[in-house]
Amino acid sequence: MKLIALGSDKIASSVLLVLGLVSFVIPLSNLVLPADSGLHFSAYTVSLIGKYLTFALLGLSLDLVWGYCGILALGQGAFFALGGYAMGMYLMRQIGTRGVYGDPLLPDFMVFLNWKELPWYWLGFDQFWFALLMVVLVPGILAFVFGWLAFRSRVTGVYLSIITQALTYALLLAFFRNEMGFGGNNGLTDFKELLGFNIQSEDLRAVLLGVTGMTLMATFILSRWVVNTKLGRVVTAIRDQESRVRFLGYRVEMYKLWIFVFSAMIAGLAGALYVPQVGIINPSEFSPLNSLEIVIWVAMGGRGTLYGAIIGAVLVNFTKTILTGLLPEIWLFSLGAIFVFVTVFLPDGIVGLMRRKLQERAA
Amino acid sequence: MNSFAENIFGEAPKASSGILVVDGQVDTRHGPILYLEDVSVSFDGFKALNDLSLYIDAGELRCLIGPNGAGKTTLMDVITGKTRPDMGSVFFGQTIDLLKMDEPEIAQAGICRKFQKPSIFDALTVFENLELALKADKRTWPTLFHRLSSTQYDRINHVIEVIGLMSCNQHRAGILSHGQKQWLEIGMLLMQEPKVMLVDEPIAGMTHQEVERTAELLLSLQGQHSIVVVEHDMEFVRSIASKVTVLHEGSVLTEGTMDEVQNDPRVIQVYLGG
Repeated sequence: MKLIALGSDKIASSVLLVLGLVSFVIPLSNLVLPADSGLHFSAYTVSLIGKYLTFALLGLSLDLVWGYCGILALGQGAFFALGGYAMGMYLMRQIGTRGVYGDPLLPDFMVFLNWKELPWYWLGFDQFWFALLMVVLVPGILAFVFGWLAFRSRVTGVYLSIITQALTYALLLAFFRNEMGFGGNNGLTDFKELLGFNIQSEDLRAVLLGVTGMTLMATFILSRWVVNTKLGRVVTAIRDQESRVRFLGYRVEMYKLWIFVFSAMIAGLAGALYVPQVGIINPSEFSPLNSLEIVIWVAMGGRGTLYGAIIGAVLVNFTKTILTGLLPEIWLFSLGAIFVFVTVFLPDGIVGLMRRKLQERAA
Repeated sequence: MNSFAENIFGEAPKASSGILVVDGQVDTRHGPILYLEDVSVSFDGFKALNDLSLYIDAGELRCLIGPNGAGKTTLMDVITGKTRPDMGSVFFGQTIDLLKMDEPEIAQAGICRKFQKPSIFDALTVFENLELALKADKRTWPTLFHRLSSTQYDRINHVIEVIGLMSCNQHRAGILSHGQKQWLEIGMLLMQEPKVMLVDEPIAGMTHQEVERTAELLLSLQGQHSIVVVEHDMEFVRSIASKVTVLHEGSVLTEGTMDEVQNDPRVIQVYLGG
């Protein structure tokens, strides 16, 4: 298919190949091979890689709005967290009578707060399909309302970035409140099972890694299709010459809104895949710092390529895992250093460097 | 006038049969396609346009000249919806009030603009630049699923030939020379099949030959499109314009042929600074 044109793009096809291997081979090795085999991936590694892949999905969602449409959204973490909360609510309702207080309907924190009945917005979350729908709908609707107001008033550039930070910060404060009914400070945790499978089990973790990998591949291919359609070219044109696009007769705000909502839905999906793998969702996921980190992943990988975001997200988080293990106090300094280094020496990110090397070899 | 209008727009109403004006259609039966009346715009007290009235006939090629700050670019901003005037009225044909429309609506109605600084999409190829300008349904979902028909494909290639960029139609627009970028933007105007083309300084940065070809192109388009050209190069203006409007301090100083205008003592005074 010309639209995807993977054959001509070595980096894209390699990334897909690696993703394919990761999402099939690692879960298989974990499920099939004995624990003492040299090729066996430990449960720890499996859950770590699964987490990286959800971050890669989140990075990809930011690249769609930032790399292609030039909207530096500093609140992408909010959509991720909302998707995570939607999944968390489903997992909470699966606990049933196995909670500390053993209430068949109310999650523990509601019993603790002396609530007598389930708030209306918790209804339906006992159904997996409903939760899955909310995982994309809630971030999508928030992005729609927010984007509609912001883009129609032609809020752009740094002003837009600041209000997206404000958005995620406002949600952080709101979700901290116990009265909101989302577990306040502690968030949602102590999950028992997902679709009837024990959430602590190694097998489920391996399957979740596979599902995340495949979701990432499918989203990557879909997004690549989108950016190669005429709509994708209009979006790129808006990034480069916004007013010109308007004078060609396109409603710029509708295109920004489209890509912003699409991206928010992907971020929500990433959050929903993240929560069962880490076993908790709390308001700290709304922290403005998280959203800034996503920007660094994408900048480091290389903007406007989609796979750059995947590479960047995995590399930065791998570094984070190692550094926070060895010297936890220097992590934030290192993150800052990475950002400065990339901005100064690698304006096109790692992918830009790879492309230059490939071209040199071809020449 | 009527047979002329039919040639251009096909759908032009016949005056003889007394057809009522159709909503959304450009009514040019009285001659002019653009009516600007008593338009004033001020920025922080500075009057960029001052009680300006101007009529552009259907199919006409008109040149606007005037010293810096005369209000030429502001005038284009008002027509295309970028700037809202403080006073006055701007009509497209007799029935379409441009002051009630925003930039995309005005562009879709058929008024297109080439900017002073070439405004093209550097990251896209020449072909893709023209594809975006193509007259089509410009809402998001139809654009997502848009496929070029063979007629549209041929049309893009035809325009690429007209603007002389056949050899670089798959090149990124960012690597074109300044003159080629100007041509590409003119091509983007053609793709929109406009009724009115507003062309701001088309020959800046062009070689002598490119200037000649631009003049030829604009002359060949007159009649099919109404064209308003803003240009500083008097020789170029002389080579294309049958009618010239001189702006000064936000209003029309005088109108006429190039010779009439150049011999007008007021114009001489404005340009030479009396």
